[in-house]
Amino acid sequence: MLIRLEPRAEASRAMVYQSPLIAVVLTLIAGMIMFRILGTDPLQAVHAFFIEPISTVQGLAELLIKATPLILIGVGLALGFQANIWNIGAEGQLTLGAIFGGIVALAFFDVESIFLLPAMLIAGIVGGMLWAAVPAFLKTRYNTNEILTSLMLVYVSFLLLSYLITGPLRDPDGFNFPESRLFHDSALLPIILEGTRLHLGFLVALLFAVLAWLMIVKHIIGFQIKVIGMAPAAASFAGFKEKKLVWLTLLISGGAAGLAGAIEVSGPIGQVIPVVSPGYGFTAIIVAFLGRLHPIGVVLAGILMALTYLGGDSAQITMNLPNAVTGVFQGMLLFFLLASDVLIRYRIKLGAPRVREVTQRQEGVT
Amino acid sequence: MTDTPRLELIGITKAYPGVVANNNVSLKVMPGEIHALLGENGAGKSTLVKFIYGVQKADSGILKWEGAVTDIPNPNVARKLGVGMVFQHFSLFDAMTVEENIALGISPELAKSGLTQRIIDISTQYGLPLEPDRYVHTLSVGERQRIEVVRCLLQDPRLLIMDEPTSVLTPQEVEVLFQTLRQLAADGVSILYISHKLQEIKDLCHTATIMRMGKVVADCNPAEETPRSMAEMMMGGNLTPPERTANAALGAPQLIVKGLSVIASDSHGTDLKEIDFEVRTGEILGIAGIAGNGQQELMDVLSGEVLVDDPKSITIDGNSVGGSGPNRRRSVGMAFVPEERLGHGAVPQMSLWENAFLSGATRMNLLSNGFMRIRESEDYASTIVEEFRVKTPGIANVAASLSGGNLQKFIIGREILQKPGIIIALQPTWGVDAGSAAAIRQSLIDLAANGAAVLVISQDLEELFEIADRLSVICEGRLSPGRKTEDVNVDEIGLLMGGVANDPITEAAAHAD
Repeated sequence: MLIRLEPRAEASRAMVYQSPLIAVVLTLIAGMIMFRILGTDPLQAVHAFFIEPISTVQGLAELLIKATPLILIGVGLALGFQANIWNIGAEGQLTLGAIFGGIVALAFFDVESIFLLPAMLIAGIVGGMLWAAVPAFLKTRYNTNEILTSLMLVYVSFLLLSYLITGPLRDPDGFNFPESRLFHDSALLPIILEGTRLHLGFLVALLFAVLAWLMIVKHIIGFQIKVIGMAPAAASFAGFKEKKLVWLTLLISGGAAGLAGAIEVSGPIGQVIPVVSPGYGFTAIIVAFLGRLHPIGVVLAGILMALTYLGGDSAQITMNLPNAVTGVFQGMLLFFLLASDVLIRYRIKLGAPRVREVTQRQEGVT
Repeated sequence: MTDTPRLELIGITKAYPGVVANNNVSLKVMPGEIHALLGENGAGKSTLVKFIYGVQKADSGILKWEGAVTDIPNPNVARKLGVGMVFQHFSLFDAMTVEENIALGISPELAKSGLTQRIIDISTQYGLPLEPDRYVHTLSVGERQRIEVVRCLLQDPRLLIMDEPTSVLTPQEVEVLFQTLRQLAADGVSILYISHKLQEIKDLCHTATIMRMGKVVADCNPAEETPRSMAEMMMGGNLTPPERTANAALGAPQLIVKGLSVIASDSHGTDLKEIDFEVRTGEILGIAGIAGNGQQELMDVLSGEVLVDDPKSITIDGNSVGGSGPNRRRSVGMAFVPEERLGHGAVPQMSLWENAFLSGATRMNLLSNGFMRIRESEDYASTIVEEFRVKTPGIANVAASLSGGNLQKFIIGREILQKPGIIIALQPTWGVDAGSAAAIRQSLIDLAANGAAVLVISQDLEELFEIADRLSVICEGRLSPGRKTEDVNVDEIGLLMGGVANDPITEAAAHAD
């Protein structure tokens, strides 16, 4: 007996929106099986992973703090993904944003000004945009693959940060530790919930999601992004310029990632350190797809993925489980999501495949 | 001829969710008979053929092959029985030679040594000149079709199914194909000929089975029918052919193309060479030609999807636009109807109102400060649907849910309602049912009568003779001078389509040397 996939006549629309939920449920079940095998009580482990971290106000605040960069980056990436422009290097753009924002903060480490913070955030956006401009230029000019160029630049950005933090940006009074000075108060994002670390950045992320949603639904640019993603020839018929959209979506997603980087250093971190992100830029790719490339969906998906980070920490502390559990959960979630997406469009059939020619030629008959 | 039919179908029924594609269809094809299967798009022809070729199973019904009840579970079995099929869209690899392509599509036993000689034998026997070692991308569409035909013939078919085979051929090439088919029939091969070109069926076929909405509505002898009577059976109603009012007064040239030469961006494309023409208000200029002679390239350049170096080589209403994109051209009064409906003229997954916005944004004033005026776009879409009788449950439905004819009416309507000074349509009724095609042609005629210039680039000669005031022919990227439609006949146009003095056959034979 052979197993094969056969295209469905029509994909169920309802299922397109239900598949993220199904993926979450399957991840939970598989996770419980995994905990069982690891020798812990599955229910207790799931409780420690998913419930405990958000059972306090502090916990909820931490959840939103972690969700902030995921939402910012995920929304930006989703715009590009809708236009079939694949920015995989958000992690690098985030790092550049952190560097640029950090440089501004450190250059004015003795200046108290209400303009410092906005300047840092803008510098972060510029940094992310610059880093994304490289793949945009290479793609529009030399037709390179932006997946490869943007991804490779991630590692360049890590090295750049490494150099800066062990050199020019190192705290002169820091006993040679690879860390910058601590930012002073006017370089830090204001706290919006007393008694927690929840900062203004979360509201910025929400605002960005709403703006992106408006753009996608009502603005000509959003329309152009959708058309070019669904039917490139129709976009050229309508006179939309593909190169312009490549630049635009890469700059928006790069800028958003850069902003997320600047927010990280001016928010929860408060200084420049050798590793500014636990892989938010890559996780945001999962967030974008989990959120169905829809800005509001991305907000929800960002919060869910943030929980896997918190849960990993919590499971490590209370259950002695390895921190790798976070990565496993993220991986399973993506895997189940992709699997359910495949099954929306295809059904599983048992039996010998038909002759290859058939599927190729079927459409030919009128 | 014997009395046992080569193929007999009895009571074939096949239902898809929501639609009965074949309802109790019965059909007999005798040995040596050329049998037409006639029907509009969606009449169930393709379902029936898929069943005969083993691609699809029927829900009920019997297939008899030479008198014996037979089951054809897949195309391999069909080929072993002796069923050959030439598809409308060829499955050929451009980067491989003729022989390699043929070897790929036949059973391994046949593909062994001596194939070259057999290809040459068959092609000379049936007047289908082919060079086995030429690369497919260097061949014309007509030659590519020959590969498919020869591939079938190599397997000694006893039933040959041809799906719309003439849509890509010149009248002369069609005549050659018909000779081949008649010779095959004389040798005892049965031919099931699918088409909606009624004149051809009348010329070629011995019998015709007419289908409508999944049912057989008539069996007839095409020789005794008129194209019109067959069309009416096919549509189940009276056909109103487009009517032309007396020639409206010609006005100023709307579109002037002068010395237009373009190197094709695609290496398999056709370069345009020194093209000159103009279209005046009130007239319809038709450009005939066989597929792949530069029509797509010309359309791309005229629509602004491909820009030219010399802006002055294209003028619309006095504006030089050669270097401007589609939006600027729209704003000076141009409208376009691309050949491909889904994916080019319309976005399949988008709703009708979004598709109305797609090309209407500029001229219909559907944008304010970069934001889409959604209400106005919806009104515009509703107007198109009403005025051009587009059958759809609503403007929120996606373009892909419309039938070919309805979507084409929508696209043509969308362009016409923008009140263009000049409209350019490539293959406007390609793959469209007869009723919609007539409506579309009529709307183009009306548009010209109301003082617009109309340019129709089409491979359908009947269509061009029906609507065009003047005719030009494009061949290998060159355009012949326009001539009044009443002053030319099909043969002259056909010769121009094949490259003036070059008879397609002698030309192909010359390649073989």
